[in-house]
Formats: sequence, C-alpha cells, structure tokens
Amino acid sequence: MSDPPFVVLDRVRVAYPHDGQEVVAVEEASLQVRRGEFVAVTGPSGCGKTTILKLLSGLLLPSRGPVSVGGAPVRGPQKNVGMAFQNPILLPWRRTLENVLLPLEIVEPHKRRFRAQRAAYASQAQELLASVGMEGFGDRFPWEISGGQQQRVNLCRALIHQPELLLLDEPFGALDAFTREELWQVLQDLWLRRRFTVILVTHDLREAVFLADTVYVMSPRPGRVVYRTVVGLQRPRTLEDTFTPQFTDIYHEIRRRIGVARAQ
Amino acid sequence: MNARAVSASLLPPTLVIIAVFALWEAASRLFRIPVFVLPAPSVIWKSLLTWRAAIWFNSEQTLYTTLVGFGLAILAGMALGLAIGYSTLVYRALYPLLVGFNSVPKAAIVPVLVIWFGIGTVPAIITAFLISFFPIVVNVATGLATLEPELQDVLRSLGASKGEIFLKIGIPRSLPYFFASLKVSATLAFVGAVIAETVAANRGIGYMMLVASSRFEVPLVFAGLVVVAVMGVVLFAFFAVIERRLTGWAYRGQSLT
Repeated sequence: MSDPPFVVLDRVRVAYPHDGQEVVAVEEASLQVRRGEFVAVTGPSGCGKTTILKLLSGLLLPSRGPVSVGGAPVRGPQKNVGMAFQNPILLPWRRTLENVLLPLEIVEPHKRRFRAQRAAYASQAQELLASVGMEGFGDRFPWEISGGQQQRVNLCRALIHQPELLLLDEPFGALDAFTREELWQVLQDLWLRRRFTVILVTHDLREAVFLADTVYVMSPRPGRVVYRTVVGLQRPRTLEDTFTPQFTDIYHEIRRRIGVARAQ
Repeated sequence: MNARAVSASLLPPTLVIIAVFALWEAASRLFRIPVFVLPAPSVIWKSLLTWRAAIWFNSEQTLYTTLVGFGLAILAGMALGLAIGYSTLVYRALYPLLVGFNSVPKAAIVPVLVIWFGIGTVPAIITAFLISFFPIVVNVATGLATLEPELQDVLRSLGASKGEIFLKIGIPRSLPYFFASLKVSATLAFVGAVIAETVAANRGIGYMMLVASSRFEVPLVFAGLVVVAVMGVVLFAFFAVIERRLTGWAYRGQSLT
C-alpha cells in the first residue's frame, strides 16, 4: 500500500468501570482502512463492534492506543464523519426533508451558510432522497413512512454533509429480508457513485460479504480482531452473486472463524 | 378534523352534560330538596339571569387575576423547568425546595399575602400563580429529562454542543409535556384565584359566592360555581387547540390522518 491508511486503530483498548469492576470492551483492536474502502466488521454479540464505531465517531475515547481518521487523531466528534444507527432515530417533529437537513444545521461550514442557502441545501437533500428512491417523500413525517423508508432517510441524513467516512451500526438489522436486500443495493449504488469510506458493523454475514471489500471478524469480549479476509468479487454485485461458489466459500470461512472464536 | 368530525366529537360530552342536569333537575323536584341545600338547575339559571350584571362584574375580576397569575406561571414555570432539565446541578439544588413549597396548602398562604399586599387583586394573582406554577415546572423538566440518549447521540456524533442539543431536540421534545401541563394548570389557576377571593377580596367570583352564602342566596353561590366551571373549560379548550396545532406530531395519526 503506497497511500497511508485513512482509518487506523492500533492495538486499541477500551475499558470502563462497572459495579466496581473493570469491564474490557475491546482489547488489542487493530484496523487499517484505505480511503474509499468498504469494510465490514462482524462477530458474535457483545464483541465490541459498536464500541469500534463509537471510537471512530468520537463519542467514546480509548483507554489506550491511537485512533485516527484522515491522519489526525480522534479527540471528539468530527465533521467529516456520518453515522447511522440500527434504529433510524428520526426526529418525529420534523418532516423527512428537515430530518435530512439536520446535520447541515450543526456541521461547519454548512451551519454558517444554512440560513442564507437553505433552498440550495434543500434541493441537495431532495436529490439525495431521490437517489435512494424517496422522491416526493420530503414532506412526510417519519411516522407516515415505513421502517425501510425511514432507514433510507437515515442513510441520507448520515451522508448529506458529504462526510468522508460513513459509520453504519447494523443499519438494516431491524428490517425484513426483502427490504434489507433492496437497501444493500441502494447503499452499494451510493457508494459506487461517491466512494466515501464505509465501516459497517453487522451480524448478517451475507450482508458483510455482499457489501464489503474487506471483512473483519472479532472475538467475544474482550473483543479483538481474529480474522480478516478480502472479498474479491467484482462490482457492482448483484443478489445473484450471493449464490456463486466464490461467495459461499468466503461466507462459510467467515462463519467457521466466528464459530472458532465463540468456542474459545 | 372537518366540521362534521368536530360536531361528531362534541356530541357525546353534550349528551352527558344534558343528562346530568336533567337528572339533577328531576331529583330536586322529586325529593323536594330545599333550595338552600341544593337548588335545581332551573333555579340556578334564573339566578344567573337575575344577577347577570353582578356576575359579569365579578367574573371579569376573576378572569383577570387568573390570566395574569397563569401567564406569570407559564413564564416562570417554563424558565425554571428548562433550567432544571438542562442542568442536573440546578435540578438537585432546587427540586426538594420546590416539592416542599408545593406541599404547602395555598389557602394557608393567602392570609400572609394579605398582610403583605392588602386585600384585593394582588393576593389573587399570586395565589393563581403559585398553584399553577408547579405542574409546568415538573412537566417541562420531565420532558427534558426523558430525552432519549439515542436522540442525543445522533446530534453528539455530529459535534453538536450541549446548547445545540438543547435547542434542536430538548425544547421540541418537551413541548408536548409543556402543553399537557398547561391544560392542568389553567384550571388550577382558577382554583387559586377563587380561593384567594373567598378569603380576602372585595370583588371577584369567590367574593361574590362568599357574600351570597352569608345571605343564604344559595342559587347565586351555585351560579358562581357554574361560571367558574365554564371559564375553566373554555381556557382548557383553548390550550387543547393550540396543543394540537403545535405538537400534532406527538399524537401521530389520531388527528392528522
């Protein structure tokens, strides 16, 4: 690799006190992500996957070990990061479009310009909504649209300020299988067009292999990275690809590694 | 809601009110209940018409003291509620005092107020304020305190300051709680004003009822009660409408779809 990695976690440890004892969430977690790479992190429940995302978003600071994004150490929330959670968590008093615009009211330099250029920003948001198949839904309230549609809006909100790094915490976990597969493609399309860096945390191994360039497997708590594999399938991938022997080989190997990690 | 839906929703309460008054009227005639014990609705109605000038004169005063006291309660309650919800330190420092203060019967404070401010408008305003202030504080503070951590994380991950989180989600999130408390407090404010007037006033519905009962003019006492009840319902309905307008999202499909 000639370029320096965009995201670096180097033997990071996160521990916090709980009931007078020290709980170690992740230990020796190491991760290197290239700019524009799509990474999936998977592993058994409670292995500290979400902790990794919180570290990168600056919501949580490590007890030990460097965490950096874009060459700079993470010391708190950053403007070049967008995050989407498992629950869409849209603000119920805002219409869809206003929900998508929320980050622009907070993140500089958009915050400064927001009032003056609201119309321009609104049309950007409309465009983004249209690109995930939500054209014409801008003035609906969150409770007036389905769970899958809310998750699309959630993706738009995470991307509206054009972050270089997108963090996804099981964003499709609560959706039905069909909607989920539809959103895989929506996300792949967005990524192919814009080429931001993605770190996706997921339980769903098919999802991980379908979407990611590189899949990391973490061990149970205290979480550490126990396996890394590169998915060489060409883009854009289709749902048909998930039934090829190449795909299933990678899938089975990841599955086996998680089984081994859980047994230890 | 369209006009038809509105009239449909008004029908059940109207029927219930009519039924209650009809039953009351029938009972007082059937059992020959003396007028100085419980006057029949028709007698109260007659008294309302006879004394309409006096009732109007005194209602104005009660409405005035109630609204001023309630208005002050909204301002102070909102401000203190936001401060308590914003800062755990303010919460811990003030909450016990507030609870203790609220436990004091307001009727017992009126004589003290009379010593300080004399008889008349000021004690009524202050009593209306004191009695309606607490629910607003508690509700606004609760709205802020129950802010979902996930909602805060969305803003925090964007680098929002505490003030921004407060503005963007804290205040909108606590609005439904605020309006719920206004509906309770609006009726309480009337209670406060009337209590003060029965103790220390020379004008107002409470004063009028006191004078009427001392003259055994019982129908006029009940007429006063009816007037207070009607004013309370009107104020309640006023805030209910504003609530629907401003925080319709909190009611989801019930009224909007």
